[in-house]
Amino acid sequence: MSKWTIELDRGACIGSGMCTSMAPDHFRLDGGTSTPINETVEEDEAVIDAAESCPMEAILVRSTDGTVLAPQP
Amino acid sequence: MEIRPYPFTELDNLELHPGYLELQRDEPVARVRLPYGGDAWLATRYEDVKTVLADPRFSRAAVMEPGADVPRTLPTMPTETNILSMDPPDHTRLRRLVAKAFTARRTEQLRERAQEIVDGLLDEMERQGAPADLVEALAMPLPITIICEMLGVPFEDRDKFRSWSEAAVAITAFTHEEIIAANQSLRVYIAELTERKRAEPADDMLSVLVAAHDNEDRLSTEELVSFGVALLVAGHETTANQIGNFVYQLLRHPDRLGELRADLSLVPAAIEELLRITPLGGSAGFPRIATAEVELSGVTIKPGEAVFVNNVVANRDPSVFDNPNELDFHREHNPHIMFGHGAHHCIGAPLARMELQVAIGTLLKRFPLLRLDGDVAFKKGRLIRGPQALSVRW
Ligand code: HEM
Ligand code: SF4
Repeated sequence: MSKWTIELDRGACIGSGMCTSMAPDHFRLDGGTSTPINETVEEDEAVIDAAESCPMEAILVRSTDGTVLAPQP
Repeated sequence: MEIRPYPFTELDNLELHPGYLELQRDEPVARVRLPYGGDAWLATRYEDVKTVLADPRFSRAAVMEPGADVPRTLPTMPTETNILSMDPPDHTRLRRLVAKAFTARRTEQLRERAQEIVDGLLDEMERQGAPADLVEALAMPLPITIICEMLGVPFEDRDKFRSWSEAAVAITAFTHEEIIAANQSLRVYIAELTERKRAEPADDMLSVLVAAHDNEDRLSTEELVSFGVALLVAGHETTANQIGNFVYQLLRHPDRLGELRADLSLVPAAIEELLRITPLGGSAGFPRIATAEVELSGVTIKPGEAVFVNNVVANRDPSVFDNPNELDFHREHNPHIMFGHGAHHCIGAPLARMELQVAIGTLLKRFPLLRLDGDVAFKKGRLIRGPQALSVRW
């Protein structure tokens, strides 16, 4: 399985908690903003769902070759 | 400081009251008085509006607290909480239950279905011949069909819930008693439907919500009903009115219309620009309450004070948009906030965008000679502005 990378724009994050509640294994709220628990993860649809559902589009998920998997433009 | 009555007079034909732009320039955080009592702040600049919408120091839930002295846009404010009146983590608990059904990816999968619905509706309109009322022929049935299918609401019931929904989004267009009764009817209707889903679960959002209530205790009965009502009403009123508004705006701007017809790949950019510039909201909306001291454009908001924002006016802020009052389909960057901002950012935004693109794009492609047939009257005294009817020929 290929790996994905998670980038989180802390400047954009407002700490809504959507990502931490949809993918609790991958995000945690830390001082009012979210942080990925690991920046490189095994493929997991929950990460995509969290990125798609982030109201600020603060989460970027990429595949190993750098292609943006979520959010969709 | 002068206290102004708010909202300003609703003008005809989707005009924006020029007083708002003056306020944005001269008094970006102003004192306003609401029609049913209470004073509040009104923020009109882009950055301030975004702060009020996204900064956790502003609370939605505080509006609902017993005894809260909240400025009133209606004779009595709703007492049932719904998703719009919740703060995280309660808000997140509810929103995540349906978030997956509304992602950009899932919505893209519905594009084909939307195209099929639009094609069918326009076939029927053509068969009946001109003139046609685009509101009834296209603007209403498209979003109603889609939200019915997503939620699991029988499309055959549309006449029933449409009339309730019409009244539920009224301010002065119906009497206060009618508005309350309509809200109650919607709640009873959704409550009955959830009973049916309980007996016969299906692959739809209401069934998902029922299961979350029954099996996982993740939402209360009241939340279940309120959320169902919110999704049904929000899922069609806004988009339906915007389809009518956008067709009207395009037919009134022949240059822009010509440009769009010549290059239909501009449709997505045109929809964003129409979203930015169309004053959809007809009311003050619901305020946020400051829970700590916050400074906005040099004005100190104290804890407990209510702040209204005006997204439509913020979308005309010249510090963000060049020539903000012009319809321009070639903006490189169009960060409008017609869908809100922050935790409550419209969950249906990808869906609404897709429906608007399919509806407007297909209409322009199929009817190169589309034109208005007479004057257009707009609804008044409602939360959402839109044409009463839109008679067209082609
Ligand atoms: C052009 C069409 C639409 C516009 C302009 C629009 C606008 C908005 C705005 C401005 C908000 C935020 C309100 C606030 O912060 O107080 C909102 C929230 C919401 N919208 Fe939309 N909307 C549209 C279509 C839809 C559709 C198709 C749905 C589908 C169900 C929908 C469902 C919702 C829901 C459930 C919320 C509450 C979200 C929350 O509180 O977390 N909307 N919408
Ligand atoms: S969903 Fe987005 S805004 Fe909300 S906490 Fe996660 S990253 Fe931040």
